[in-house]
Amino acid sequence: MATAATQSFSTLPLEFRSSGKGNSTTYLQCIHLKPPIKYFRSPVVSDRLLTRTAFSFNPIRCVQRKSHLLPVVAATSDGNSDTSLLSVFHGACYVLGDNIDTDQIIPAEHLTLVPSKPDEYQKLGSLALIGLSTSLYPIPFVNPGSSTTLYPIIIAGDNFGCGSSREHAPVALGAAGVRAVVAESYARIFFRNSVATGEVYPVESEEVGLSKECTTGDIVTVDLGESKLMNHTTGKEYSLKPIGDAGPVIKAGGIFAYARNAGMIGTDVNK
Amino acid sequence: MTLSSSLSICSRIFDDKMESTFLGSFYSPIYKQVRRQTAQRRVYKVDAMAVTTHSRPPSTTGSVKHAMTMTEKILAKASNKTSVDPGDNVWVNIDNLMTHDVCGPGTIGIFKKEFGENAKVWDREKIIIIPDHYIFTSDERANRNVDILRDFCLEQDIKYFYDIKDLGDFRANPDYKGVCHVALAQEGHCRPGEVLLGTDSHTCNAGAFGQFATGIGNTDAGFVMGTGKLLLKIPPTMRFVLDGEMPSFLLAKDLILQIIGEITVSGATYRSMEFVGSTVETLSMEERMTLCNMVVEAGGKNGVIPADKTTYEYLEDKTSKLFEPMYSDAQARFVYEYKIDVSKLEPLVAKPHSPDNRALARECKDVKIDRVYIGSCTGGKTEDFLAAAKVFLNSGSKVKVPTFLVPATQKVWMDIYALPVPGAGGKTCSQIFEEAGCDVPASPSCGACLGGPRDTYARMNEPKVCVSTTNRNFPGRMGDKEGQIYLASPYTAAASALTGLVTDPRDFLQ
Repeated sequence: MATAATQSFSTLPLEFRSSGKGNSTTYLQCIHLKPPIKYFRSPVVSDRLLTRTAFSFNPIRCVQRKSHLLPVVAATSDGNSDTSLLSVFHGACYVLGDNIDTDQIIPAEHLTLVPSKPDEYQKLGSLALIGLSTSLYPIPFVNPGSSTTLYPIIIAGDNFGCGSSREHAPVALGAAGVRAVVAESYARIFFRNSVATGEVYPVESEEVGLSKECTTGDIVTVDLGESKLMNHTTGKEYSLKPIGDAGPVIKAGGIFAYARNAGMIGTDVNK
Repeated sequence: MTLSSSLSICSRIFDDKMESTFLGSFYSPIYKQVRRQTAQRRVYKVDAMAVTTHSRPPSTTGSVKHAMTMTEKILAKASNKTSVDPGDNVWVNIDNLMTHDVCGPGTIGIFKKEFGENAKVWDREKIIIIPDHYIFTSDERANRNVDILRDFCLEQDIKYFYDIKDLGDFRANPDYKGVCHVALAQEGHCRPGEVLLGTDSHTCNAGAFGQFATGIGNTDAGFVMGTGKLLLKIPPTMRFVLDGEMPSFLLAKDLILQIIGEITVSGATYRSMEFVGSTVETLSMEERMTLCNMVVEAGGKNGVIPADKTTYEYLEDKTSKLFEPMYSDAQARFVYEYKIDVSKLEPLVAKPHSPDNRALARECKDVKIDRVYIGSCTGGKTEDFLAAAKVFLNSGSKVKVPTFLVPATQKVWMDIYALPVPGAGGKTCSQIFEEAGCDVPASPSCGACLGGPRDTYARMNEPKVCVSTTNRNFPGRMGDKEGQIYLASPYTAAASALTGLVTDPRDFLQ
């Protein structure tokens, strides 16, 4: 089964880049499922994964962080389509240990960058995880000269994002192109900032030891609907804790976008 | 239609009777009660001896039926509820929002983007803006960030903005304070029973005043700036009962390092940490701040100490606002209760690279160090410098490694130069530091506690070994990624400066 899954996914393009024009330079590596017509069920293969053959790049999500266009989909839907609102992310993972603090994610000397300024937002991306010890993590997370990472998924141990309240931390990861972090647990403020900004999905693994069994560069799929992580390189599958109510908020692009979407606050600011 | 101000957004939320949305159901009943509640605030002058959590009859705590911890009570009151339970998500009315030069510009950016270019903040007297992180630097972007704060404060007529314009001499800026958490306390912004949010993880420092205080990100702060509210989850409370006479060679820093070493850096994640007991009652306000300041290093959401006579005396000349202290009920539920006999503790350090990497100072006596740093919100207050001066005074000798002194605020700086050190025959800290061969006390700011721009005073630009009174020893925290930081009390830091090794201060204090 794992082999089949690997083959199926290895045929997919590993990354989706926008054309690089205008405000669509925010780079995405996500694979959004467009429900429900993009699904079709094979009568032969029962594994739901394999039946998801049509993946599409969602341009709305791509521009949303910068232009704050709103997602078309309402934040609250009927129960059946809830999982289809969530996303599947696929690509290489970068593996970290326990207690990765915000000083390692974005060292304080770079906090002069203001995340709400678009050019400085991008610069933060190029500096993501630059505080990691090069002896412990010899592979750079973001290659020098690049503003984005080749690793859209981070796998980490306990207490990810501990330390400072700097929102620059989830912003740096998001700006670098990280879509999901899968860790055993999170420090409170980092988790909250990830949801509030909608920059990355902070997903918790059900079991411990994921970060020891995966290696940087392994090709993985994070399926938020199924709450699963599949490591196609090792063939192993892991359960994730459901992202829950945080999912639609991140999907919308953060609390403000979610609140507008749900009609909690007005929509016409700055027109 | 343009939403030109936060108020219009609020009015939408409040007045449109959006009963079907969950925001509507939270907000509608709240709005009317806010003013009434403000008017009802009274000061309870409580006798210091009556403050222990067990001795107060439930009737005086205002919650007979549903026993709550003080954190629960503060958040219940701030959300206009009679009771809350851990795990409840409630919309909390915020008493004060603090931001600084590192997260302020981003917060302002979000506020403007989401509420409109012409939006007004929810309350110009409840937003406190304190430049403190990257001040004395030639970094253009850092300087620009302070300019952004100034422009915003002028535009919004923010009442409490502690500005600095003349970077050449901080004393030429009477408004400038320095490290936000210490400035908040010294300027009377911390009051029992209130809710303080700040865009800095060490905002929990203010829990020393018996208030709820925690750190938030830019986006949440932008929301608070516009609405004065935030959705918060009620944390369960861990209680730490510290009893026993505090040995003369210990400081609050040793107590919190002991606790973090015990429960680890994630031991209090999502939880409140309440400190009580006979030892806590004897601590000064500054020492209580040290205790609460570092709860975030255990992952804590907030730390809290019941207000008592010490609190009221500290507040007497600092605030004229009325406040209402809260205390945990006798039957309140705590997820854990730790009892610590303080009389048995020894001076501690946290070894690199984690605040829970606890060791006895004497166990590290062979660790050679390159420098000592005394400063920050955790270890740069007046009493921290008095403690260091006491060690230097007792030894009568000179430091063997460069010793950097960074007062947290302008007030601390003045104390260093003006307050006589007890038992020193009228000498001030500054005289004692000079005789011991320390560096001249620097301009007050966060300094090198978090590294900062390359030209920050005392930043570790090479891989050095430092004993520091600060709060974090993560890789690269003070600059170089390979640098090693030993967190310690001001006593231990001063003793280590005198020997060039990590040193138990008893070598000089007994």
